[in-house]
This record gives sequence, C-alpha cells and structure tokens, in this order.
Amino acid sequence: MSERAIDSPTSSALAGRIGLERTLTLVARLREVGIVIVLLVVVAIVTVQAPLFFSISNFEQILLNVSLIAIVAVGQTTVVLTRNVDLSVGSVVGLVAFATGDLLKEHTLGVAGAIAVGCLIGLGLGAFNGLLVAVAKVPAIVATLGTLYVYRGLDFLIAGGKQVSAIDLPRGYLGIASSTVLGVPTLILAAALIALGAAYLLRNSGAGRQLYAIGSNPTAAEVVGIPTQRLIFGAFVVCGLCAGIAGVLWGSRFGSVNALAASGLELQVIAAVVVGGVNIFGGSGTVVGAVLGAILLATIENALRILHLSEFWLLAIDGAIILLAVGTDAAIRGYFQRILMRTGRR
Amino acid sequence: MAILALVACGGSSGGGGTTTALNIAFLPKAVNNPYFDVAASGGQEAATALSGQFKQVGPSDATGAAQIPFIQTLTQQNVSAIVVSADDPDAIAPALKQAMAKGIKVVGYDSSPAKDARNVFINQADSKGIGVVQVQMICDEIPGCAGEIAVLSATSTATNQNAWIQAMKDELASNSKYSGLKLVKVAYGNDDPQVSTTEAQALLTSYPNLKGIISPTTVGISAAAQVLKQTGKAGKVQLTGLGTPNLMRAFVKDGTCKEFALWNVKDLGYLAYYTAALLVQGKIKGNPGEKFTAGRLGDYTIDPNGVVLLGPPFVFKADNIDQLNF
Repeated sequence: MSERAIDSPTSSALAGRIGLERTLTLVARLREVGIVIVLLVVVAIVTVQAPLFFSISNFEQILLNVSLIAIVAVGQTTVVLTRNVDLSVGSVVGLVAFATGDLLKEHTLGVAGAIAVGCLIGLGLGAFNGLLVAVAKVPAIVATLGTLYVYRGLDFLIAGGKQVSAIDLPRGYLGIASSTVLGVPTLILAAALIALGAAYLLRNSGAGRQLYAIGSNPTAAEVVGIPTQRLIFGAFVVCGLCAGIAGVLWGSRFGSVNALAASGLELQVIAAVVVGGVNIFGGSGTVVGAVLGAILLATIENALRILHLSEFWLLAIDGAIILLAVGTDAAIRGYFQRILMRTGRR
Repeated sequence: MAILALVACGGSSGGGGTTTALNIAFLPKAVNNPYFDVAASGGQEAATALSGQFKQVGPSDATGAAQIPFIQTLTQQNVSAIVVSADDPDAIAPALKQAMAKGIKVVGYDSSPAKDARNVFINQADSKGIGVVQVQMICDEIPGCAGEIAVLSATSTATNQNAWIQAMKDELASNSKYSGLKLVKVAYGNDDPQVSTTEAQALLTSYPNLKGIISPTTVGISAAAQVLKQTGKAGKVQLTGLGTPNLMRAFVKDGTCKEFALWNVKDLGYLAYYTAALLVQGKIKGNPGEKFTAGRLGDYTIDPNGVVLLGPPFVFKADNIDQLNF
C-alpha cells in the first residue's frame, strides 16, 4: 500500500518529506560512524592511561553488560521511531525476570517452558501498552508511566520480600549466560542477532519503512493510507517482547532476582537510544545506532572504573554525553532542513 | 482475649478492666527485602509467644523520607508500639516524636532513629565488632595475610556499611597483624544485583593483583560470589563479608567463600518485638541500666545510650552453615 502511495506523489509536501527522510537516514549513517569514532577515541585514551583496559576479557565483560540493555534498546527504538516512548520497559524486565525465576525455582516448568512463558508475559505487557496508546489514544509518555508503576506493583505483589538466588536456579538455566558458541558468549550473540534482525526488517520490510513514515509525519502517514494504529500497536508489542527476552535472560546473567530487579533500566535504555542518534520525536535513527549508543555508555562506565575515578563522575559524564549527542543531532538536522528548504524553493 | 488481659496485667493504663493489647507494627527500610522478612519472622515468633499482634508495613523502596507517611498512619491507627529500622535517622524523627507524644512506644532495630526519637534501640552488633570480624576473616583466608583487598559495599550513603567500613579501616591501620593488607578500593553496588555484579567485575579487572574482597552487605556478597565463580577466580580471590546462610550456602560448600559473618537476623526481630512488648506493658521504661529477660534469648541490659546489644556476630563456615535456615 505504501508503495502505491510513494509511486503516486499526492503532493509536493510528501515528496519533500521523503527527500528529508532520505537525508535524515544519511545523517543517521553519519551518526553511527560518529559514535564509532568517539568509541575508538575513548578506547585509545583509556588504553594509554591503563593498558589493562585493552583486553579481550574486559571487552567481553563490557559487551556482556551491554547485551541485555541492547536487546531492550532494540524494542525501544521501534517504539521511539513512531514518535512514542515506552517508559515501562524496566518494570517489564523486572516482572518477567522474577516470574521466570520463580517458575524455575518452584520447578513449575522446565527451562524452555519458563523461558517461553517469560517471553509471552513480555509480549502481553507490551500489547497492553499498545492498546492504551494506539486504541485508547493515551499519550505514550503518560500511558507507559502508568504501566511502569502498575507492572512494578505486580512484581511486588508476586515477589514480596522473596528473592530468587543462584542456588534456586537449575544449572541449565544459569548456564545460558556463561555458555559460548564458537567462543562468543551466547548473550552477546543473542543480542547481536536480535539487533541485526530488527535492523534488517526496519530497513527493508514495508512495515519497517512505514514505522519511519509514521514518526516523520503521523498525519501524512494517515493520509496516504498507512495503518498507523495497527503499526504503533505492533511496535509496542515488539518492545514488550524484547523486554521479555531480556527479562528471561536476567536471572541467568545475574544469578539473583528480587522485586527491584531492573528498576531504572528504562532510563539507561532511553539514554542509549538517544545517544545512538534515534530522534526522540520519531522518524529517524537506527537500531544499530541505539546498540552503539549502549556500547559507548557502557565502555565509558567501564573506563571510569578502570581509571579508578569516583563513581560520582559517572552520572555527570553520562548526562554530558546525552546533551552533546542530542545537541549535535539538533544542529545537524537544522542545517539539513535549511538546505532542503532552499532546494525546495528553487 | 483472656490471655491478652493476663499478659497485659502490668500495663500502665490503670483503670478497672482496661487492657494493654500488644498491637506492635514493624516498619523496615523496605518491605521487599529478604533480610527484613527474616527479622519479621522473629517478630512474629515473639508475637505468638506473647499472644500479641504483629504486622509489618513499609515502603517498597528504601529511599529517604518514604517511611514518614507510614509512621503517621500507624500513629493514627494508635498501635501500641512501632519497631522501626530508620532509613534516614533525622528525617523520620519528628514523626516518631509525635507518635511517642501519643503514648506509642518506639523501638529502633537494625538502624537507629535519632536518639531522642525512640525509647530503645536494639543493635544487632556494634560497628567495631562487625568491622574487626570481617578484617579477621579476610586475613585468615588470604595466604600469608598479605596483598590488595577491596570492599564492595551497598550505597555510598548507607549508615551501617559506612560505619563498618570505617571500623575496618581503623582496624587495618592500628593492628600490626594486618600490615600486609592494603585496602585499594571501596566500590558501591547499591544493594542491586546488577550494579553489584558489574562493580565486582570491575574490581577484578582493574586490580589484577587483588587477593580478597570484603562485602558487608547480603546482596553484594552473593553477587561477588557469583562473579568469582563465573570468571574462574574462585579460590584465587578470597571473599568474605556479611551474608545470609541461604543465599551463601552453595558458595560456602563449593569453596568460593570459605567464611562470612552475620548476626542472627531472626533473633534481632524477636528481641525487638519482645522489648517493645515489655515497654508497652510498662515492665521496663527504657532507662539506662535496666535489666530484662527476653524469652528464649535470655538476659539483656540497656546501656547508657539506650541501646541493647543483640550479641556477637556469628561466623558461618561449611561445618555450621546447615544449622541455620534464613
């Protein structure tokens, strides 16, 4: 349906938007290169200061720490592209992590069964967010702020003061996080596969392209016949599923889960997404960028610790990076918009 | 009811037939914390023994002033005593004083409210004793008692942990036995398994010569044990600190952590409830020097600061860890 819309330009405004979208995609590509350059600079500086930073095992630790955040960031990117946001992801991860851990602890289900149920819970919670936003038309920031508390509240209800710890969990489950495939830790591999799969679909599938169109201009997307409602709902379902996947892996990675697991994770994820060049107003940015953003933030966190700098610097530096990244985006976008408007007039 | 009246016969309420019912509420720092659940089970046990009522309320997140509305509600409900672990000793003091003005007894446990905002504080162990026993344990475990050690704490503002870490530093500096040990870093895991895990990893990476980790918090020590096991450093880097037997049992049995300490948390809750009950019944006033008997735990004395000390910390090892279940 979208192809027909694009083939027959209904108005010059739409053509302009498509031109802008292409430019913004180019900008996003440049942004990814930019993050990689900043990352390499950070690695170079820290390696000179503290050579033990530059080791395979340390990079492996950084990527292991990133992997769960990256999986959630993939889902979050899908939602943010449509000019929405999902603040409930930390609570979804926490609730799924505890539910999965509890199912395994009580031997209600086997490892595969508990993982499947955990993913389904994530999917269901995402679908509820999607209903609130796409059908009931509650603004996403309010709807998911509400479910952030509701989902965490459910977690408190089922968890209470209980804690699932490593000794309660079957070896087969704990082994997921420490296992490797061809020398690569399974968690890193899983995150990479999910990110690359999502990147491919967003870039090449019709629905993927339509998500960008919705974020660029919701009204125009509606006019050209894109099923906006259904796609926004779908984006929240994907986001819930990603948070669910991260949730089922949580206990395997950290060995213990209590009712507060993953609280505050949503802000880490959104930080990664915006540092990665995904426009918080939708329409531009890539999953690869978001994952690179997560890697950059985690590398800086690791570097500060290796350089024996105080923890108190970490938050300030994270904040400065977010402001710098978003500020650069705004400047670049403004520049290209001016150029496009000038070309449009000619 | 008859039993209640009997138990309450020493009550100060006077007047024919009025009884002092034991309606005692526990207010921990957070209700989703296994540690406080264990303490609550001790409170429950004492309540059953004394035929009193027990309930536990509290915030879901241990942050600053979150306990104040709970204190106000309990005051309105006119409970007979509040047993509280102060998240912020001064922030909750005015609310507790209001409760005391209405005749409600206030007993601190685990972490004391400001001194004038409670009748008695039940101290699980004195800071010095806790600091000393942890330094002693890490010294015993590290071959030759020499090398770099690090501390993995809770939050950087946690009153208890900071007092214990200070006691450890004092002990390391003043006791020549420990001259070979060098404390290189105090890291903060925020009592969050995720943060504690990354902090423990960072300690191992950034201090390749690290010989031991002391983690004076239950979340930190189990996260550190998990990291040592996963990275194959178990046995090479020694681990000790404060933990609960249930969380640490597997790690003690496989040698990742050879010994750790903790006071008996259940007894802490038991003693706190028992003391509160005696205050409500008017059998003790909370004055320094008063002596009393707390059921199965035996005799205690209130010290000049209005503090009752539970007892020395208990050291858990492979041969005794199965005797306790919490």
